[in-house]
Amino acid sequence: MSSIIEVRNIHKAFGGLKVINDCSIKVEEGSVTGMIGPNGAGKSTLFNIIAGNLPEDSGTVLLDGEDITHDTPDQLFHKGLLRTFQIAHEFSHMTAMENLMMVPPHQPGESLFNAWLKPSLVRDRETEVRQRALEVLAFINLSHVKNELAGNLSGGQKKLLELGRTMMTDARVVLLDEIAAGVNRTLLGDLMGNIERLNREMGYTFLVIEHDMDMIGRLCDPVIVLAQGQVMVEGHIDEIRNNQQVIEAYFGSAETAD
Amino acid sequence: MNEFIFFINNVVISGAVAGSIYALGAIGITLIFSIMRFAHFAHADMMTFGAFMVFIFTAMFPGSGAALGIPTPILMLPIAMAITAVLAIGLDNAFYKPLRDKGVKPIVLVIASLGVTLMLQGIIRMFAGTSSRSLYIGERKEIYRLEVPMEGITRPIVITDPQIWLIIFAIVAVVALHFFLTRSRLGKAMRAMSDNPDLAEVSGINTRAVVMVTWVIAGALAAVAGTMLAMDVALQPQLSFFILLPIFAATIVGGVGQPYGAIAGGYLVGFVETLSVFNWSILLRPLQPMLPEALEVPRNLALVGTEYKIVVPFFILVVVLIWRPTGIFKGKVI
Repeated sequence: MSSIIEVRNIHKAFGGLKVINDCSIKVEEGSVTGMIGPNGAGKSTLFNIIAGNLPEDSGTVLLDGEDITHDTPDQLFHKGLLRTFQIAHEFSHMTAMENLMMVPPHQPGESLFNAWLKPSLVRDRETEVRQRALEVLAFINLSHVKNELAGNLSGGQKKLLELGRTMMTDARVVLLDEIAAGVNRTLLGDLMGNIERLNREMGYTFLVIEHDMDMIGRLCDPVIVLAQGQVMVEGHIDEIRNNQQVIEAYFGSAETAD
Repeated sequence: MNEFIFFINNVVISGAVAGSIYALGAIGITLIFSIMRFAHFAHADMMTFGAFMVFIFTAMFPGSGAALGIPTPILMLPIAMAITAVLAIGLDNAFYKPLRDKGVKPIVLVIASLGVTLMLQGIIRMFAGTSSRSLYIGERKEIYRLEVPMEGITRPIVITDPQIWLIIFAIVAVVALHFFLTRSRLGKAMRAMSDNPDLAEVSGINTRAVVMVTWVIAGALAAVAGTMLAMDVALQPQLSFFILLPIFAATIVGGVGQPYGAIAGGYLVGFVETLSVFNWSILLRPLQPMLPEALEVPRNLALVGTEYKIVVPFFILVVVLIWRPTGIFKGKVI
């Protein structure tokens, strides 16, 4: 296996606060890699840097060997790197269906010339995109709310819609930022099932930030533990669970337990 | 019935003219706000700039519109629209984009746009002086007097050439904008970016292209509004400065960031403004014989004097915002 994402020696400080401190990680192609760590460890910051939402101070990010350090989020989208947001984002004034239909790239209607002069071309592609959106909605169990404005959906449904967005195009790597937060148990089961299926059937690579250890345990291998802006340890979830260093990072010193 | 014709001339036509100019300006301001989240004060001076471009080209080729049977300024308008659009993109690249990239607060952009306003005004004055000019060079402003074939009506409906053009342009612009926003993918991308810029970016929408298109639309419409205003009245360097505040009032009344709201707000402000300076005693005077002698219709019954016209948009603003705090079309509040 080769690494599809490679982060090399990233540094990032906000004012005097060093959030990411010489951090290097690798994500293997086809894996579901978990990223955990106490609050303030720099997980989301690292995500934002990889996804192009935040400029790094120094360091490099590679996507399949290609330097993407200075790419903007929309350029990364076209290279197959997608992300979701910790707090679900949606186009609140569009329906769930329209939200999904916004995503696919290279629609002929994007050019004004086609929009005015070649309506049939635009229409054919629209039909195709609509079909795909319907399939995705069925996949994430949101068919019943397809014509609802996305702003009116529940928090959990918005999270599902976030996942659905990543399925509207041929993604290679998807960064999931706390997709489970605020989602009820039943819906969470659906969500995890969907992530597993996308990984298995469509070959998506996932990098997952999560606080829910059950979910990390079920989905992710390997798991990277981040603390104070650096990789503390990386390995299978069972090793992580018993790692003294990790326990200390989460719960403070374990001396009193003896 | 002559009084009724007087009403049409002074309220219906004048209101439609003022409303069209306000609407064209307000669309630009509202689009800029919805995409870039700041109030663009230099907008009115982009209007003046557009009108001056028309003036320059008209002065260079006077009378060239006669061949097509249209006023020369109208012939030159597309060129001015293109140049103003380029100016708008240039202003963005030089002043607003560097600030946006630094991630400043919207208020910094607002202040920057105030600076740009003063700068543009200064530049225009430097080249054109402060005198007022007519856009009709060697041509006559056609005034159409439409006789109304009804008994008892002796006065005609009066409408001038630029007023007709303005109303046509406004209708075309509104229809084109509607189709652009709802049918084209770029228009949908604009709506998406106005809704949630972060999500738009990670959905593969090229936000830089959307920003550019926004400036092109805003700049082109500003040139139309400025030129029409200058054709209707006269061209002065501080021309658009007078209508900046009503345009902002129209934008807010309609709902900030809502293009349809800007249109509604523009016409609302335009019509209420003309209604409030209209001398109502003209309509009431024919009723005098029916009134008791003690009641005499005063000579002037306008709600406000013309010199206080500027108050009216803000009065509407306050009234509408009490009724609907985010504007008629529920705009964005930041």
